[in-house]
Amino acid sequence: MSRAAKKNRTPASTVGRLVLIVVGMFGFGWALIPMYNLLCEATGLGGRTGGQYTYDPASERIDRSRLVKVNFIVNTNDGMPWQFWAEKNGMRVHPGELNEAKFYVRNPTDKTMIGQAVPSVVPLTATDHFHKTECFCFTQQVLEPGEEMEMPMRFFVDADLPPNVQSVSLSYALFDITELAGSRELLKESTADILGGE
Amino acid sequence: MSEVVVAGHDDHHDHGPDKGLARWLFTTNHKDIGTLYLWFSFLMFLIGGVLALVIRAELFQPGLQFVEPGFFNQMTTNHGLIMVFGAIMPGFVGLANWLVPMMVGAPDMALPRMNNLSFWILPFAFTLLISTLFMDAGGPNFGWTFYAPLSTTYAPETVTYFIFGVHMMGASSIMGSINIIATILNMRAPGMTLMKMPLFVWTWLITAYLLLAVMPVLAGAVTMMLFDIHFGTSFFNAAGGGDPVMFQHIFWFFGHPEVYIMILPAFGVVSQIIPTFSRKPLFGYDSMVYATASIAFLSFIVWAHHMFTVGMPLAGQLFFMYATMLIAIPTGVKVFNWVSTMWRGSMSFETPMLFAIAFVILFTIGGFSGLMLAITPADYQYHDTYFVVAHFHYVLVPGALFSIIAAVYYWLPKWCGRMYDESLGKLHFWLSFIGVNVTFFPQHFSGLAGMPRRIPDYALQFADFNMISSIGAFIFGFSQVFFLYIVIKTIRSGKPATDRVWEGAHGLEWTLPSPAPYHSFTHPPKVTDAEAHS
Repeated sequence: MSRAAKKNRTPASTVGRLVLIVVGMFGFGWALIPMYNLLCEATGLGGRTGGQYTYDPASERIDRSRLVKVNFIVNTNDGMPWQFWAEKNGMRVHPGELNEAKFYVRNPTDKTMIGQAVPSVVPLTATDHFHKTECFCFTQQVLEPGEEMEMPMRFFVDADLPPNVQSVSLSYALFDITELAGSRELLKESTADILGGE
Repeated sequence: MSEVVVAGHDDHHDHGPDKGLARWLFTTNHKDIGTLYLWFSFLMFLIGGVLALVIRAELFQPGLQFVEPGFFNQMTTNHGLIMVFGAIMPGFVGLANWLVPMMVGAPDMALPRMNNLSFWILPFAFTLLISTLFMDAGGPNFGWTFYAPLSTTYAPETVTYFIFGVHMMGASSIMGSINIIATILNMRAPGMTLMKMPLFVWTWLITAYLLLAVMPVLAGAVTMMLFDIHFGTSFFNAAGGGDPVMFQHIFWFFGHPEVYIMILPAFGVVSQIIPTFSRKPLFGYDSMVYATASIAFLSFIVWAHHMFTVGMPLAGQLFFMYATMLIAIPTGVKVFNWVSTMWRGSMSFETPMLFAIAFVILFTIGGFSGLMLAITPADYQYHDTYFVVAHFHYVLVPGALFSIIAAVYYWLPKWCGRMYDESLGKLHFWLSFIGVNVTFFPQHFSGLAGMPRRIPDYALQFADFNMISSIGAFIFGFSQVFFLYIVIKTIRSGKPATDRVWEGAHGLEWTLPSPAPYHSFTHPPKVTDAEAHS
């Protein structure tokens, strides 16, 4: 009975179902972005580190018996004319203890520019245990022509860091986002115009 | 349905096609649209082939001979895009248009007007894409995989033409797929149950579902690129919080099923041809259907094997390696079935059969190099070398393309009512067979020795292999012009073909007169065991 009913399905109802698949898969394509971001944050894929972390000295277990080497790697992206350097190439830290490192940028051009540093941590198993309480990568840097800036960064490695991890590398890539920030502003304004006009 | 039959009795005056250009512009006839698709596919094949010959001419010797590196990059990119989206995919859609209604005993496609639209979008899409080659900024030059941010931040300004071109190709494919599925599910003659359908119909049904699932994802990906380029978003721009690696995941989520979209209908074609010339029914029909469905399913969970080197957790690398190797099982079932069909068959070797046998052998070679690439640690060496180029050309040229050529030789007598010249066809086969192997086999070696893909110049130790490869490419290229000559000669002056055409042919399309009448199966045919799988 139900088989016979299935046979008499019209092309229109088949097409309707197929169009739903197409719409659904178009939506799925866009849903891949939040899904990917969630996955990366959960697993540390791609070296992603978490956002700003609050350090609570009372609850953090400090492991003085262990020293972990933290390396700092700084890069400027292709086409970014700023100078970008770290005070030290790296430091040895005790898990659970808060540390500070200093980074510097200088804008040698004659234009005001905006920079954005993007962090990344390897190995992947360390990303969940590397925390920044203060970082210049949480904000954008605006530098006047010739201006130099000291940027402190505070971090700690928690005591749950897997025992086989002896060194952690933190890398920063510095991007020129002057244009991107400009077009973002423009986009925000025009969106506001459209929404305001409603 | 009954209305259609009644109308068929009354209107005997509109049975023929319109005259002149209007016939082709406004046609809703599945045979006309199939013809349009096939000629369009051949035109794109020639254009893509010319670009390939520019590449091979430049690589004939080390050093820069003919073209600038920037132009060379446009050649590799557009060769890939045109062959994938312009030659292979429309070629198979053309075959589906001609054959699916005749094979399932339907009078036409389920949605004839949409069929016209899905074809006529294509010339506009490819005009957009190809016109960029003549613009000052040059055409797309970021590889057919258009990885962002190379294709966004660093792309020539014409990238927007490319994006809209891809949108239009996607729309065309999606409409074509909906039409094919609706035809297969709704228009089969009484008695043509799913498990009686010819395998070509089965493979296209599954392919059409793959297209519906991944073309919208591709459309989404190029839309994100459009936003990144023009509207200041940062989907793939690390500076704004985006992720370039995410582009690769989204692209290959489309891209891997896409490679099966280009090969499953080829499996179908070969599964029609081999039984005919072995004079035996297809061995293991049911397992063929299940193997096709398994391959389609697996194609969705292996995409990251294209990007082993981007940095993935060990668990991910192992998963994608094992899942990829799993595909060898259903594919092996298929190859086993084709060989078993030939086993102790009363075989004869007409041109379509020669192309089909070459398909089985050479596609299997491409499959084996695919297995080698699936081994994660080995892939670190093979990645982005000519070994990859050799691999995917082995599955696409003597794979997908040979099956389309075989299909043309096999069904051309049914389409135009005339036989091709058998000795010319065999000559074409041997030229193609030798040409394709001389072109692509040496690329395995240059790749294993470390020659990177997508470069206009190379180190001296690769010179011999490249020279051999270029000679093969010119042999292969010109033998396809010879193919054009054979097809035109057949259409204009071939000997009349019989209705059955081939002694061992079974299937509803062979019960029609040759050439197939403009309107066929206006009354549903009787599906007998002789003409359908039973």
